[in-house]
Amino acid sequence: MSQVINSRGYPSQQELRNAPGYPSQERLEKGPVVAIECIEEIPCNPCEQACPQHAITIGTPITNCPHLDEDKCIGCGLCVSQCPGLAIFLIDLTHSQGSASVAFPYEYLPLPKEGQTVCAVNRAGEPVCSGTVVRVQNPKRNDRTPVVTVAVPCKYATQVRGILRSRR
Amino acid sequence: MREVDLAVVGAGPAGLTAAIEGAKRGCSTVVLDMNPHPGGQLIKQIHKFFGSREHRAGTRGIEIADTLFHEAESTGVEVMVRAEVYAIHDSTLEVAQTFGEDSPILPSKEATTSHSRSLSIVARRIVLAMGGAENALNFPGWTLPGVMGAGAAQTMINLWRVLPGERILMVGAGNVGLIVSYQLMQAGGEVVAVIEATPRIGGYGVHAAKISRAGVPILTSHTIVGASGESRVERAVIAKVDPSWRIVPGSEEELEVDTICIAVGLRPNARLASLAGCKLHYSPSLGGWVPIHNSRMETTVPRIYIAGDLSGVEEASTALEEGRLAGICAAASLSKERAGDPEEIKAIEQRLLSLRSGPFCQRRQDAKQELIGIAETQCPK
Repeated sequence: MSQVINSRGYPSQQELRNAPGYPSQERLEKGPVVAIECIEEIPCNPCEQACPQHAITIGTPITNCPHLDEDKCIGCGLCVSQCPGLAIFLIDLTHSQGSASVAFPYEYLPLPKEGQTVCAVNRAGEPVCSGTVVRVQNPKRNDRTPVVTVAVPCKYATQVRGILRSRR
Repeated sequence: MREVDLAVVGAGPAGLTAAIEGAKRGCSTVVLDMNPHPGGQLIKQIHKFFGSREHRAGTRGIEIADTLFHEAESTGVEVMVRAEVYAIHDSTLEVAQTFGEDSPILPSKEATTSHSRSLSIVARRIVLAMGGAENALNFPGWTLPGVMGAGAAQTMINLWRVLPGERILMVGAGNVGLIVSYQLMQAGGEVVAVIEATPRIGGYGVHAAKISRAGVPILTSHTIVGASGESRVERAVIAKVDPSWRIVPGSEEELEVDTICIAVGLRPNARLASLAGCKLHYSPSLGGWVPIHNSRMETTVPRIYIAGDLSGVEEASTALEEGRLAGICAAASLSKERAGDPEEIKAIEQRLLSLRSGPFCQRRQDAKQELIGIAETQCPK
């Protein structure tokens, strides 16, 4: 069983690199692709059926970690809202010149607004940089799991996994 | 006095599926639940469930409760709410039922005339599915208002829409502690920290990651030393513990909090089963004292079956399967065809085995096997 995630609460870079659901640097540089940060053998498989490209495989037993076929993934992001563990992120290093986009599930109110400047945080919730909200998607199929996309400088794309919540 | 083929105690995931399977096989079936709403713990599980598609993974618990309740009603199950079973002797269940206001916390203005009745139900078969109960934790100040079970806090926010406090300390980093921390933040609270006495986070990493990126520190090898305040919790003192569970001197830290949630595990709610004469076995992996049961979910008392957290604390997905198993076996034992539906039973057993594989669940599978082994010698043949 993994070590760092169990003592700290979030996976280390090393754990992610070894995870079968995490894309290679080479694939990340090609354009939008999902990063599945699910590294423990837990009984769960909705992501498998969420992918219309059949790029995610769990198979049997159900406790297998999700495997991403990074060549099949087209970066549509449909799986992001379907993961019960909120552990899938859509990363696009080619978002624009010098900036990348990171999409993540965000189940808090109030929702950020498109165009808003936000404080982007890493896996530990620590501020990393400021970002701009590109999209806030919450269609019916998301079943009330909104997906927020923020644009951040490219170098922070593999760190940013959320935004600072604004207090009501 | 009423007579039924099958009486189920508890309208959670296990109880409802047991009742559905019983009713589908022609049993007159009644489900009794002490709460005002059927669904057990599902009615406050606002998060998407883990598991497989067969177990409605990806669906929120609240919706699973609705689906199950409607399926029960459409198969002819009678669900009685606010109906507390306080005794079982032989085939008779003694029930106290109350009628009246909808909420014990927010009574509606009109409903001032609550009344109650008692009734006896004679059942040819009984399925007990009373679920689990939260463990308590004793420390100086633990009786102050503001100290509560994490499950209680979850009921307050998700069922009654009451935020118990603004600044919360969560004690325990199992799945309940992690999920309720997340939901307290969704409800507008601030979780100051999650502390965990063992050196590792017990719950799923994805739940931990979710609250970590919301800025909540998860402190392993930490315990609560005490809570204090004038008339309610105003602060908590936490400290590091060493590998032999002793507090590390000088590591005490004071946190300004108004609520302390305790999430240190659940135990099978076995009181009624014990009262009915079911023999219990102590199984730490299953949460404590568990009624001994065989692979058909039958206890040491003939005609009494169990399912769900009562038969060992696990997940809603396993409770759904065990409930089905208990319902099928109870119904089968009433008919001449004692074998029941071997194909269906086999399929359920396969799914249970799969749910209990992997590092998180293997010890439960082992504990279940041990229990079934004990049952071989103690349960009716």
